[in-house]
Amino acid sequence: MYEIVSMKELVPDIFEAVVKAPEMAKKAKAGEFLIVMADEKGERIPLTVADYDREAGTITIVFMTIGKSTYKLSKMKAGDSYYAFVGPLGHASEIKDYGTVICVAGGVGTAPIYPIARALKKAGNKIITIQGARNKDLIFWEDKMASVSDEHIIMTDDGTHGRKGLVTEPLKEILERDGDKVGIIYAIGPIPMMKFSALTSKPFGNLTMVSLNSIMVDGTGMCGGCRCEVKGETKFTCVDGPEFDGHQVDWNLLGSRQRIYLDQEKESLDNYKAEEGA
Amino acid sequence: MGEEVVKKPKRKERMPMPEQDPKVRATNFKEVPLGYTEEMAIEEAIRCAQCKVPACVCGCPVNINIPAFIKEIAEGNFAAAARKIKETNALPAVCGRVCPQESQCEAQCVYNRMGRAICIGRLERFAADYERDNNLIELPEKAQPNGKKVAVVGSGPSGLTVAGDLIQLGYEVTIFEAFHKPGGVLMYGIPEFRLPKAIVESEVNYLVQLGVKIQYNSIVGKTVEVDELLGEKGYDAVFIGVGAGLPKFLGIPGENYGGVYSANEYLTRSNLMKAYKFPEYDTPIVMGKRVCVIGGGNVAMDSARTAVRLGADTYIVYRRAREQMPARGEEIHHAEEEGVKMMLLTNPVEIIGDEDNMAKALKCVKMELGEPDESGRSRPVEIEGSEHDIEFDLIINSIGANANPLLTKSTEGLELNKWGYIVADDYGKTSKDNVWAAGDIVTGMATVIEAMGAGRMSAMDIHEKLMGVPKNIEISPEALPDDLECTLPETKK
Ligand SMILES: Cc1cc2nc3c(=O)[nH]c(=O)nc-3n(C[C@H](O)[C@H](O)[C@H](O)COP(=O)(O)OP(=O)(O)OC[C@H]3O[C@@H](n4cnc5c(N)ncnc54)[C@H](O)[C@@H]3O)c2cc1C
Ligand SMILES: Cc1cc2nc3c(=O)[nH]c(=O)nc-3n(C[C@H](O)[C@H](O)[C@H](O)COP(=O)(O)OP(=O)(O)OC[C@H]3O[C@@H](n4cnc5c(N)ncnc54)[C@H](O)[C@@H]3O)c2cc1C
Ligand code: SF4
Ligand code: FES
Repeated sequence: MYEIVSMKELVPDIFEAVVKAPEMAKKAKAGEFLIVMADEKGERIPLTVADYDREAGTITIVFMTIGKSTYKLSKMKAGDSYYAFVGPLGHASEIKDYGTVICVAGGVGTAPIYPIARALKKAGNKIITIQGARNKDLIFWEDKMASVSDEHIIMTDDGTHGRKGLVTEPLKEILERDGDKVGIIYAIGPIPMMKFSALTSKPFGNLTMVSLNSIMVDGTGMCGGCRCEVKGETKFTCVDGPEFDGHQVDWNLLGSRQRIYLDQEKESLDNYKAEEGA
Repeated sequence: MGEEVVKKPKRKERMPMPEQDPKVRATNFKEVPLGYTEEMAIEEAIRCAQCKVPACVCGCPVNINIPAFIKEIAEGNFAAAARKIKETNALPAVCGRVCPQESQCEAQCVYNRMGRAICIGRLERFAADYERDNNLIELPEKAQPNGKKVAVVGSGPSGLTVAGDLIQLGYEVTIFEAFHKPGGVLMYGIPEFRLPKAIVESEVNYLVQLGVKIQYNSIVGKTVEVDELLGEKGYDAVFIGVGAGLPKFLGIPGENYGGVYSANEYLTRSNLMKAYKFPEYDTPIVMGKRVCVIGGGNVAMDSARTAVRLGADTYIVYRRAREQMPARGEEIHHAEEEGVKMMLLTNPVEIIGDEDNMAKALKCVKMELGEPDESGRSRPVEIEGSEHDIEFDLIINSIGANANPLLTKSTEGLELNKWGYIVADDYGKTSKDNVWAAGDIVTGMATVIEAMGAGRMSAMDIHEKLMGVPKNIEISPEALPDDLECTLPETKK
């Protein structure tokens, strides 16, 4: 069992849990993910390693409630334990000195990008962070991101915090201004945000890494449920990724594969909410 | 059934196995064969001739003393029969259900020539079930702790066997299992209606009672490395039994559409994650109205029979002829009884999707049998102009598995063959010091009992290397008379 050391709601519908997992904490690196099961009847869902503390033996996860599994997780409290907590999985981000790095974080994507930005900063890179959300109330870890960024741009859809607009706007401006200094771009967030970030950078030719959020089961290459297409080739997100070159990803297929269980997921969540309410 | 119990082999035919009616069972996940009653078991057992040189024993990859356990059943000592089996096979309730007896022990039985081999598998199952259901399971005596620690990677049949053997010899044994449940394919691959999961758990529980520790959610190669186990974690030996576990795809266009599964994913969702009980369990599964399973092996039959139970009109699409299907006859028979239809000599060439990338049809060509190839099997050749589309909303790829590189790639000094399987000698010893391996990760997908047999060899070799105790191989083919024509199941490399 994997005990929850602390649990808090960062902003509405986005939660942070610190979890006791000493073995994983010893090994975890930026860019990797893990699989969590709330209870014995739970689904195995992938979440990114948002932080780790090797001494305390803990792993931090940040998740947004969108369906039954994440709702279940959100109801658990400090002192409770997850039924399964497996990892670290996937390839870690390639950390080296690229010169300047742009980190584009959309919504809950701030969590996975934070340890990457931190590691890249430590490796000597200049970090330009573009952090976006729908509105002011949904921006979290602003201070953490600021602490690892040389330049920190906040974007909200409604202009309630930072600049008004989409993350792709400053991305384009920076690339127009200083594109040749940018060694790599990391863009992590919802599919449309990653897709449009990749489309924005494509004409400039800067390598743009995205972290795909395919539906998974085992996370070890055993089922093939997490298949995606990159450069026309089939890849397994869990063992070949989760990071891929965003210019090569088949975004339509990724989106479709996320909708495979739409009806059942809705049924599952409705049932759950009805039970919880009762 | 059993009105007259006569202690004389009157009836000469095999005792049939009572089964759930096909129409009923096609709508539930309960076990299909119901098991012998005590009377049936005795009646079958007394048919055994108690041969002086029992050929059946040599057909069994772990050499169960078959006549001895059958004699116990004939005399009504059912628990004693189970204990006899357990001297050489730690998982009798599993093996009695899933072993291909028709090509192993029963194939060697002297009565087999007349088509009346003793139903060894059914009797094995009976004895094991009797012992378990009546709480008569006794723990064997363990040797004194010998101070050695062994790590077993994977809790499939090979790993469980190694763990069971070594714990009794006084080792401290810890199993590292990637999943949250034990059993490997027994848990995530073979469906409930063929092998109830409660039985797997109870067999594993027996090992836990013996002192085996199991660390779930531990992926060796990720959570912990082999070298770490041998180094700072202080294990004296590591046994690798991680199975094959990498799905093969056909490589035809459209294979990544939604509604296309590998059998691994489909069966794992259904068996391990219990998606067939959705929404009680959280994991969903594509149900499909018209389902196609590509392939002709046991895994294909398991997938098709699962699809039937989830309410689908189910078809097997296989590119060769029925006679060439690698699945056990019994499995094909069960599948057809439950309503699975066969599209033989049919080869898929493309999957067609709808506007949202969900599968909606399978483009196939018809095949005919051509000249036999070197192996003597007729090669199917495409009939020109035979292309046609068949509507399906769920397609399950069941064309085999490859070696999963997760552990092997991250472990230095472990020699692999060109397909990525671990190279090991007859006793499972690998090229890496203190590391043994057996089961599907060495042989490619084989059988439960072969994985167990190979696990036993590794356990004996580990014992010899760590404690200096020479291997004790009780019955080997060489020990049997030459005229016996004993064909041991091939141990593949
Ligand atoms: C490698 C990886 C890392 C991830 N890291 C994080 C993370 O750090 N924090 C986090 O909040 N989420 C992360 N995700 C996504 C997370 O796994 C899903 O949000 C979760 O599985 C949803 O489960 P659910 O039962 O709550 O919702 P479901 O009931 O499964 O889904 C509800 C609806 O949400 C949509 N959906 C389903 N799956 C996903 C998905 N994978 N991504 C986006 N939308 C989806 C679908 O439209 C679906 O109908 C990650 C995914 C991957 C593959
Ligand atoms: C659907 C299906 C039906 C079958 N039916 C039959 C049948 O009826 N009769 C029969 O005799 N055989 C059958 N087989 C074949 C048989 O199940 C296998 O040959 C046998 O299970 C192999 O045993 P194993 O110990 O090598 O590995 P597996 O059973 O594959 O177990 C391997 C275990 O290792 C774990 N693991 C993998 N990687 C790691 C890692 N890196 N770290 C930690 N743990 C890891 C896995 O999670 C798994 O639990 C069937 C196979 C399938 C897929
Ligand atoms: S070969 Fe057949 S008859 Fe002889 S001991 Fe074995 S099961 Fe009995
Ligand atoms: S999640 Fe099963 S192969 Fe990636």
